[in-house]
Amino acid sequence: MRDLPSYEELNANFNWTVAERELGYRQGDLINIGWMCSDRLCQLGLAEKLALLWEDYQGNQKRFTYNDLRVCSNTIAHFLASLRILPGERVCLFLDRVPELYIGFLGILKMGAVAQPLFSAFGDESLCVRLKDAGTSAIITQKKHLLKIRKIREQLPNLRHFIVVDAPQASLQESETAFALEQAPPVEHFPIYPTKAESPSVLHYTSGTTGQPKGAQHVHYSIVSQYLTAKWVLDLRPDDIYWCNADPGWVTGTSYGIIGPWANGITQAVLDSGFNAEKWYEFIEKYRVTVWYSAPTAIRLLMKEGAEIIGKHDLSSLRHLASVGEPLNPEAVIWSRDVFGEPFHDTFWQTETGCIVITNFPGMEIKPGSMGKPFPGITATVLDPRTYEPVNRVAAAGLIALRPGWPSQIRGYWNNDAGYEAKFRNGWYLCGDRASIDADGYFWFMGRDDDVINTGGHLVGPFEVESALLGCPAVAESAAVAKPDPVNMEVVKAYVTVKRGFQPSDDLELEIMNYIRKRLSPLAMPQEIEFVDSLPKTRSGKIVRRILRCKEFHEPVGDLSTIMDD
Amino acid sequence: MEEITQVVRDYIVREYLEEGDDRTITETTPLISGGIVDSFSMVSLLRFLEKKYSIDIPDQCASPEAFDTVERIAALVRRFQKAEVIKG
Repeated sequence: MRDLPSYEELNANFNWTVAERELGYRQGDLINIGWMCSDRLCQLGLAEKLALLWEDYQGNQKRFTYNDLRVCSNTIAHFLASLRILPGERVCLFLDRVPELYIGFLGILKMGAVAQPLFSAFGDESLCVRLKDAGTSAIITQKKHLLKIRKIREQLPNLRHFIVVDAPQASLQESETAFALEQAPPVEHFPIYPTKAESPSVLHYTSGTTGQPKGAQHVHYSIVSQYLTAKWVLDLRPDDIYWCNADPGWVTGTSYGIIGPWANGITQAVLDSGFNAEKWYEFIEKYRVTVWYSAPTAIRLLMKEGAEIIGKHDLSSLRHLASVGEPLNPEAVIWSRDVFGEPFHDTFWQTETGCIVITNFPGMEIKPGSMGKPFPGITATVLDPRTYEPVNRVAAAGLIALRPGWPSQIRGYWNNDAGYEAKFRNGWYLCGDRASIDADGYFWFMGRDDDVINTGGHLVGPFEVESALLGCPAVAESAAVAKPDPVNMEVVKAYVTVKRGFQPSDDLELEIMNYIRKRLSPLAMPQEIEFVDSLPKTRSGKIVRRILRCKEFHEPVGDLSTIMDD
Repeated sequence: MEEITQVVRDYIVREYLEEGDDRTITETTPLISGGIVDSFSMVSLLRFLEKKYSIDIPDQCASPEAFDTVERIAALVRRFQKAEVIKG
C-alpha cells in the first residue's frame, strides 16, 4: 500500500502552500536552504538521525547526522565569512563527491553567498568560461584539481580565494588556503544570513545551441518545490535510505542529491565512485537502499552487465526506482520490473525548471517509454512550433511548454536577459524539447528542438565544442552534432575540415578527441570525428548543422530554402 | 611488467591523470570506479588500443568492467590479438 493519495486526488485543488506549511514557511518569512536542510531538522528532533552515509571507491566510509550537518555547515560558513566573502558573491564547489561538496553547499547558502557547483571532470577551458561569466570570488576544491585551476587563474581577476580541502597549508602556494573540515574548530552557532524567498541561491551552468553555457539562477524559494517533488515523486518516507547517482555538479545532484532529500529529513547514501555494476549492487545491498534515483545511461549499462550479477546480491530493500536525464526506453522499464521487482519511473525536468515537472507518479499506471503526466501544480502542454499555441490534438507533435510560476523556476540567466526572454512565447516557458500527448494525458518524448546534444543525460552545446575544436592546430572548420547512441542516447560527433598541410588520419582523430576531453570534458569529447572536404553552409556562410544531424539520424532534411538564404 | 600492461599504464598516466595527480597506477588500480577513466573517455582509450595493436574490439566487449584495470585491458587486447591471428 502506498502512503500517498492517488495522482488524481493530489492534482485536484493542488496548491504549493501544502509544501510551505510542511516546511514551516509563510510568505514574507526568511527562508534559507542551508538552514532548512540542517538546523530545521535538528529542531524537529532529528539531530541524531543519520543524514549522510558516504563511501568512496576504496571503501573508506564516513557518517554524518543532521546535527553534524548543522555544525559542519556552520563551520564552513564561518570560514568563508572569515575570508570576507560577501553575501551574493559566487562560491564555486569544484570537488569530487566528497562530504565537503554536500556540506559546503549548505555552508555557502548559510552565509548568503551563491553556490556554483561545477562538475569536477571539467577541463580548464570549461571551468574558465563558467568562472569568468559568473565573476566567481572563491573556489573550493581538492589538491588533484588544483593545477587545472592554477592554469587559468590569470584569466580570472575576480577569483580571490582558492580553498583546498585535502592538502596541508605547507604544500600550497601563497594565495591558496587549506581548510580541513575535520580539523577546523566546530562552530556551534552561526548567524544565518537573512535570505528571503527571492534571494539568489544556486547558479548552475547549462548549455544552449548558441553561445557559451548560461548560468541558470535559482533562488532560496526553490526548496518549496524540491521538497514536495522529492516527497511525492521519489516517494520518500522517514525510514528510507535514498541513493541519487547524480553528481552535484549538475542540477539533479543538488535538487535531488542535496536539497530534496535533506529537506525531507531523509538518510541519503553517497558513493563517490565511477560506474561499476558489482560495486553499485554491493552498495545497495550494504546500505539497504530503499529509493534509488538513477539515469537511463547507467540503467542501460547495468542491463549490459546482465541479470546474473544481480542474483549474487540481496537487493530486496529496493522499494521505489526513478530515472532522469533523458527518456527511459521501454525495454529498461520492463527489465527493471523483471530484475528488481520494481520498474524505474521516468521523470522529466531540466536545469531551468529546478524540479521534476512531468513524471510517472508512484502508484500511477506506467506506460513504458512515456514521460508520464505533469506534476500537480504544473501546467504543461505541447505547442505548435509556428503559432506557439497549444496543439490540443491527441498524439500530435509539438514543443513542450510550461506555464511559468512554479517555485523553483529559474529567475533568469546570469548576465543574459535576452537569452532568458527567448525561452518564453505567448506566456509559455519553452523547454526546448518536442513531445506528444496521448488520450490519457501521458507525454511522449520525441527529441530536442534545437542543436543541443543530450549525452548521458547531460546537455552539451555544439558551439562550445566547435570553439574548442578551433583551438586544435589541424582544424580549419568544424560542426558538432548529435549522433544516436544505444547507451547514452546521443553522443557528440564532429565533422571537421583540416588546414592545409594536415592530413586526416587515425592519429589526428585520437589527438583531437583527447584535446577536447582535456579542455572541455569527457562528455564533450567527440566519440567520432568525420573528416570532410567542406561543411554545408548557408549562402551567408553559416554552417548548417541540421543537415549533418539529419544524416546521423537517417531523417529527411526537409525544406532548406529559408535556412540556406540566411 | 610485460609490454602491453606497460604501454597501457603509460598511456593512462600520460593522457588521463590530471597534471599534479600523483596517484600511482598499478595493474590493479580501479580506473573506471576510481574515476580516472569514465565511460565517455573509454572511447578514446579504445581507439588508442585498436590503433596501437591493429585490432578491432567490438563495442559489446568494451564494457566498463573490461576497462576497469590495466590488467583487464591488457587481457582484452591479448584476446583480440589472438582473434586477429586466427582471422589472418
